[in-house]
Amino acid sequence: MKREGPGNTGEDMVATNGADAAFAIELKGISKAFGPVQANKDINIAVPKGTIHGIIGENGAGKSTLMSILYGFYKADSGQIFVNGALTPIPDSQSAIRAGIGMVFQHFKLVQNFSVLENIILGAEEGQMLNSSLAKARKELDRLARDYDLDVDPDALIEDLSVGHQQRVEILKALYRQADILILDEPTGVLTPDEADHLFRILKGLKDQGKTVILITHKLREIMEATDNVSVMRRGTMVATVKTAETSPEQLAELMVGRKVLLEVEKGVAKPGEVVLKVEDLRVRDEHKVERLKGVSFEIRAGEILGIAGVAGNGQTELMEALGGMIRATGRASLKGADLPLSGPGADGQSRRAAGIAHVPEDRHHHGLILDFTAWENMAFGYFNDPDYQKNALLMDNDALRDDTRKKMEKFDVRPPDCWLPAKSFSGGNQQKIVVAREIEQSPALLLIGQPTRGVDIGAIEFIHKQIIALRDAGAAILLVSVELDEIMSLSDRIAVMFDGRIMGFRDPETTDERELGLLMAGVTGKGEAA
Amino acid sequence: MDRLPRWADVALVPLVSLTLAAIISALVIIAIGQDPWEAITVMVEGSVMNAYGWGYTLYYATSFIFTGLAVTVAFHAGLFNIGGEGQAQLGGLGVALAVLFIPWPHWTLALLGASVGAALFGAAWAAIPAYLQAKRGSHIVITTIMFNYIAASLMIYMLVDVLRPPGKMDPATANFPPQAHLPRFNEIPGVNLIFETKVPANVTFFIALAMAVVVWLLLWRTRLGYQIRAFGKSESAARYAGINPTRIIMIAMLISGGLAGLMAINNVMGEAERLLGNSASGAGFIGIAVALMGRNHPVGVVLAALLFGFLFQGGAELGLWTKIPIELRTVVQGLVILFTGALDVMVRMLLTRIFALFRQPKLEAA
Repeated sequence: MKREGPGNTGEDMVATNGADAAFAIELKGISKAFGPVQANKDINIAVPKGTIHGIIGENGAGKSTLMSILYGFYKADSGQIFVNGALTPIPDSQSAIRAGIGMVFQHFKLVQNFSVLENIILGAEEGQMLNSSLAKARKELDRLARDYDLDVDPDALIEDLSVGHQQRVEILKALYRQADILILDEPTGVLTPDEADHLFRILKGLKDQGKTVILITHKLREIMEATDNVSVMRRGTMVATVKTAETSPEQLAELMVGRKVLLEVEKGVAKPGEVVLKVEDLRVRDEHKVERLKGVSFEIRAGEILGIAGVAGNGQTELMEALGGMIRATGRASLKGADLPLSGPGADGQSRRAAGIAHVPEDRHHHGLILDFTAWENMAFGYFNDPDYQKNALLMDNDALRDDTRKKMEKFDVRPPDCWLPAKSFSGGNQQKIVVAREIEQSPALLLIGQPTRGVDIGAIEFIHKQIIALRDAGAAILLVSVELDEIMSLSDRIAVMFDGRIMGFRDPETTDERELGLLMAGVTGKGEAA
Repeated sequence: MDRLPRWADVALVPLVSLTLAAIISALVIIAIGQDPWEAITVMVEGSVMNAYGWGYTLYYATSFIFTGLAVTVAFHAGLFNIGGEGQAQLGGLGVALAVLFIPWPHWTLALLGASVGAALFGAAWAAIPAYLQAKRGSHIVITTIMFNYIAASLMIYMLVDVLRPPGKMDPATANFPPQAHLPRFNEIPGVNLIFETKVPANVTFFIALAMAVVVWLLLWRTRLGYQIRAFGKSESAARYAGINPTRIIMIAMLISGGLAGLMAINNVMGEAERLLGNSASGAGFIGIAVALMGRNHPVGVVLAALLFGFLFQGGAELGLWTKIPIELRTVVQGLVILFTGALDVMVRMLLTRIFALFRQPKLEAA
């Protein structure tokens, strides 16, 4: 595989769509700096018309900045944008829409209590009265649905639609505005595998109709599955553009990180011991009295990883927070036979830690870390009562804490290894390493770990996975929650699938596959077993 | 975003803010037809150029250190305690009750007893808003402001109807007994070599400095302080760590109220030697400005308290020796608060840009 220098647009390198070799989008020498941070450095990219073009890179590689420049949210410090061969300045998103560019954001921009039709014409209404626009939109929508296999009920309210359907509305919105070039930013983060497959079918359909699609993602599998060409970004630069058919996930990963990475987790056979955590009929109501966890029961043994698969928002967060003592719950839970209170006294983070439960929360910014605290202050977060950190009855031993922090930062390869830096100055992966180091080094009987690698770069993912396996092999019970199915499949010794606050079933990762799990994640039980 | 070097952040920003406040103050003085240079001369000479002036400046600063520390502790718990004024007045009540109704044999014991009374009453006055915040979610800013008014009314009732000695006309308690007289700077051996004439500054100043050290230790060296700061930075993270929000809100506000209450040993016991109406005379509010300007750090609070002590004493001198009305003191204070507190970000952004201008060529050269 050849790599290009930054000065090369790579026009000879990419797969084009037959005879029509013109480029839908061409960016030349785009640079953008935020203060001292160079988010984009002299980016050159050419996207051939009628292709699906992937842009892949780690968090902070500059993908989103680049697309925001293309959609007119940011102004580039230098460089030019060509749309369909013509130099097109894009100072705002209205100009982008006029140039035929549509964007589907990771977080949808839909009005929840409006119908599909109303959302689609929102911002594109014509005249003072809505009726004519609505009628016109309904006809147009009908045509789009037929052409692109985008079936959505135009009169349904957004709040009644599934996430996958809401995304289709976003795509329809762009198409209704006559977008020829569609940018999708991490579109599968909120989808089940089935919904993701459907999305890719839609994207292929769009391509066949001559549209150009730019797909931003950090998932290698999707790139391999759906794109014609892929551009790899690393630290603000475009390191390569290649034909997808001529590359491999390993090569792409190496390009993204800049070194060889192990994509598969090396893991021995589990040797489950005694039951560590036993949960029976766990229920959680939120502040609106809506039941979020509807009677969940399971066991985890020592030396075993139970992975919870599921689309985000199906009760996994509540499960972790109830077990971590953060929210009240009903039902029964016990750790090695000792009762774990689910409400009232003893149902708090301190009691849980004293009982031997460590917790890597799903949201490290709001829960796992105090971003303004230094690394060493964060290393005592949750463990400030630890006798090792006390000088006497009154004062904490900050020197001991700093020594301890330095050791853990070295062991977990946190960079930079400076315990005086505030947590917010570390990259996402290094922040997560601080949290994981703090929790795993407590040698807990039970580790609750949520989204262990969310927003973490590939190199750090490999490391964190190894640490989780090592803790399991040391005899801890581990409850793993992740929306990344790959992660669940490769780490878990048993998989439980959650949907709508219930466990839909347990599966063995050796014998199940993504399809089966995907159906369970969507609430479909093949064998009629619902817990 | 570029960051300022630490020295600029700590020293330059407040200095620039103060300079701006001084310039606007000078313009105001010119506008009322007076000479700003004369004003600044009188202020400086009357407050820091001789021992007598220092005796007043330090007296005011003592009160401001207490109320500034009170705001600081609450601030680190993410709570904005506007109620220092009321808590200081209640602290005065605690002092008066402790001194008037218990016969103390010596001023040291009286000081101890009065401190306990002041802190307890101040803390109790903060406890109700704290409870309402922790349990009912009533916003502490609103409740502490309201409690200032309640405190003022309560004090009028206590002084007019309960504590006023029979036969007296003015709403005040009886004079404190001589055994409860706190040594002033001109009465302390050694210190009186400098302070030869009678000044209001008294031993409470040293207690204030000691409390600044205690607050620093509390916030940055103890488990409780760690939890207070963690809770103040992120309530959701505190929940994850198992920090009890009710407990932290209550404890932080009790400490804050206690500190504000302690101010009363300076003005009520050390200076007036009886409890008068409106005893805190605005020091509770100035504590907010002091904490803001002192960046919520005890060292900063002590320095800012000294500055406000200077403004207070210098302003009083203006009223005495010039045609500039004493109310100008309020104008100057207001401008200082405006620039060091509210417009702090503006000054900071300006300086950040200037620094970036100087830094840019260096980067390119490297």
